[in-house]
Amino acid sequence: MRLPKILEAAALAVAICFSVGAASPNGRIYDLDHRLMCTCGCAELLGECNHVGCTESTQELGELRKDIAAGMSDQQIFNAFVAKYGATVLAAPPTKGFGLVAWIATPIVFALALAGTILLIRRWGGLKGGLMGGNAHPSPAAEEAILDPAERERHERIRREIGTDAGIDGGL
Amino acid sequence: MAAFGSFSLLIALALAVYNLLAGALALRMIAVGTPQPTPTSSLGSPRRISPERLADTARRAGIAGFLAVTAAVFALVWSVFANDFSIAYILEHSNRALPAAYKFAAMWSGQEGSLLLWAWLLAIFGFILRLQHKADVKLYAYAGTILAAIQVFFLLILNFNAPPFSLVQGTIPQDGNGLNPLLQYPEMVIHPPMLYLGYVGFSIPFAFALGALMMRYPGEKWIKTTRTWTLVTWLFLTVGIFLGMHWAYAVLGWGGYWGWDPVENASFMPWLTGTAFLHSVMMQERKGMMKSWNVWLIFSTFLLTILGTMLTRGGLVSSVHAFAQSSIGSWFLTFMGIVLAVCIFTYVLQRSHLKSEHTLESLVSRESSFLFNNLVLLTACFVILWGTLFPVLSEAVEGTKVTVGAPFYNRVAVPIGLFLLFLTGVGPLLPWRATSLRAIRRNFVLPVVALWIMVVICLLLGMRPWNSRDGGGFDTGSFYALVAFALSAAVLTAIISEFVRGAMVIRRQTRRNLLSSVVLLTRRNTRRYGGYIIHIGVVVAIVGLAGAAFNRNVEKELGLHDKMSIGPYTLENESFTQDSNDNYDSEFAVLNVSQNGRKPFQIAPEKRVYHASEQPETMVAIHSVPEWDLYVVYEGSNPSTGQPIIKAFLNPLVGWIWFGLVIIVFGTLVALVPSLVPAMAPARVPAAQAEPAAAFKGGD
Repeated sequence: MRLPKILEAAALAVAICFSVGAASPNGRIYDLDHRLMCTCGCAELLGECNHVGCTESTQELGELRKDIAAGMSDQQIFNAFVAKYGATVLAAPPTKGFGLVAWIATPIVFALALAGTILLIRRWGGLKGGLMGGNAHPSPAAEEAILDPAERERHERIRREIGTDAGIDGGL
Repeated sequence: MAAFGSFSLLIALALAVYNLLAGALALRMIAVGTPQPTPTSSLGSPRRISPERLADTARRAGIAGFLAVTAAVFALVWSVFANDFSIAYILEHSNRALPAAYKFAAMWSGQEGSLLLWAWLLAIFGFILRLQHKADVKLYAYAGTILAAIQVFFLLILNFNAPPFSLVQGTIPQDGNGLNPLLQYPEMVIHPPMLYLGYVGFSIPFAFALGALMMRYPGEKWIKTTRTWTLVTWLFLTVGIFLGMHWAYAVLGWGGYWGWDPVENASFMPWLTGTAFLHSVMMQERKGMMKSWNVWLIFSTFLLTILGTMLTRGGLVSSVHAFAQSSIGSWFLTFMGIVLAVCIFTYVLQRSHLKSEHTLESLVSRESSFLFNNLVLLTACFVILWGTLFPVLSEAVEGTKVTVGAPFYNRVAVPIGLFLLFLTGVGPLLPWRATSLRAIRRNFVLPVVALWIMVVICLLLGMRPWNSRDGGGFDTGSFYALVAFALSAAVLTAIISEFVRGAMVIRRQTRRNLLSSVVLLTRRNTRRYGGYIIHIGVVVAIVGLAGAAFNRNVEKELGLHDKMSIGPYTLENESFTQDSNDNYDSEFAVLNVSQNGRKPFQIAPEKRVYHASEQPETMVAIHSVPEWDLYVVYEGSNPSTGQPIIKAFLNPLVGWIWFGLVIIVFGTLVALVPSLVPAMAPARVPAAQAEPAAAFKGGD
């Protein structure tokens, strides 16, 4: 019964992780010039174009400052840039229309893959003995035996001798 | 020499075709059980060759093919050094004043040359493989025949679509157009070959995997056979990617090293699937599980290397790496389609051979951690593939192209990377099969303590993710960096405690000091502890990457003796001047740098304009210390005043990225060295205790 809660908590953590960026103004000009592309063909973000005398980036930055001073919202600024320079001026796909597919595909694929992995583990019997398997709560004596290096070594040697250990124990 | 090169490529194609056809025929004859021919025919009919001999002639054709491709490479390199501008490729990619080292680089600076490099590296790998055929004649014959099929594809392109020896029409110019200035940098002499060694190298495990599936190879021996190939290939790809990052950092002059360009992405995708394979294959080796999964991982990795080459050379997506775009994209697409069809057909036909007993005893176990590791690596691969191809998809669906740049990847891929970092620490601490609460407590207490100590240290040092340094609100970059530092501390503690725990047992057994105990521990199980060292390298590199959240820069026009400050540094313009040589003209400034009363030093950022191509190149001046890089760019001069415009960056922790690579290389080399056999353990240790790495298996 604890598994759904754990999954719920994990999903919440992932959702928070993916969404924190949404609330990151990080200085308005800095933020916006890192969400727009320079259109001179350098394939760099507007805020990172380093070409001296690049007329495109100078003009774009000027327009950006003017738009901010005029009190335009982020979306209005992006709309104005797209109208003037085309959709490729945005450094990331828009979060509406077909562009939204770019954003939602990843969490959907991740969620499906995560669910698939858990189902696979369940199908292979990985959940039968609880989260930690059959020896989740061994007796203290048994645990001591497992922790004792000599005993553990003996177990390993036996495993190797009966051929169940190919000598692969976690490295590359 | 052009005729010699062209002829060599034609011969190489003929030999590869023979290798493919004769090899396939021989293997078919062996598979259907063709009876052995008699030495002589009593009726005087022609003698039939035995399938074994036919297969051997195919193998020898493969070896001869290596010589033919090598001859073509020799012809191209010779022509570059001889300044033979009658060859169009040499005219386009070299000139007389080009320094000798860069004349070698001219070979892979264009499409035809880089395809020839691919074919040559494949021929070298195939040559080595065919010389080792006695290890398992039949499996190697399958693998050799599959490699021949790949070679046929590349040689077809080289002979008919992108010939490197095509001649210039009309008057031959006295000098060439020169090498792309961006490529005239030391890393460029080794970065592309490294990357291509990685790309091409994955052909070998692919050939073995497909061959083993075709012949229903019994057991897991093919995996052991290809382990060294896969690991070496992975190493080459890793080094190639890091060298590419360093080149971008030192040459492009924008202060960063990774721009999520499609071609960068193309190299990263096979690295992710290859890394997933290296991990999940351990499940197959140890427990016989995930056979189908592993086969498809290696198939996917190979297909992604072909996709990477297609993206680099085919012009499917626009890229700053567009050194050579042409119509060969359709050739690659066709080849990928054929490879995929062969893989699917073979898998469907032989899938019963891959059936295995899948049993897991616990969700919290090493096995499960490998599953989650694969989940994360493949999700990351999907994100990058999706982002790389989305502009093409968007154009097809909506008719307008969109840009998928850094903001998209930073938002989507960074959390996945942090999850992977978390698994890097957790996975090795979990034992195979199952675990207990006590074992979890024992293994995880120290890492968790380290994690929280690092959080406190970061906060004490002034990290405030909830308060952006630009005066805004929540700073995502700073938050991710905080998480990365904290997780890195936990992972490093976990790995180091694994070493120390094992070394303590050795020390008790052998009475050595701790350091030599660590060395002996590592030598007894190089694979495991080499893997841990690689993980340390990855963590160190991630710490370096996380430092990017705190980059800052300042730009200023500097007259003589003018000053600018960034962080603890003050830069003073000592002088600025111009220079010229046969290859380029340059402008540079000599800057005196002082730092809080420490001994001043000089740096000289430069901008060059190459004569042949008339293209500019930035030569960044970098002063690197463990805390940060002072990264200074000569952006040009103000046309009205003639004074230099200097942009200075302070990039924290960048050196850690390159140091991480050094550790990764070291760890991989350790993992490649065979472990010490028990007989080499000290004589005074009782036999039962001299077994390698039994008592030092941490979570086991």
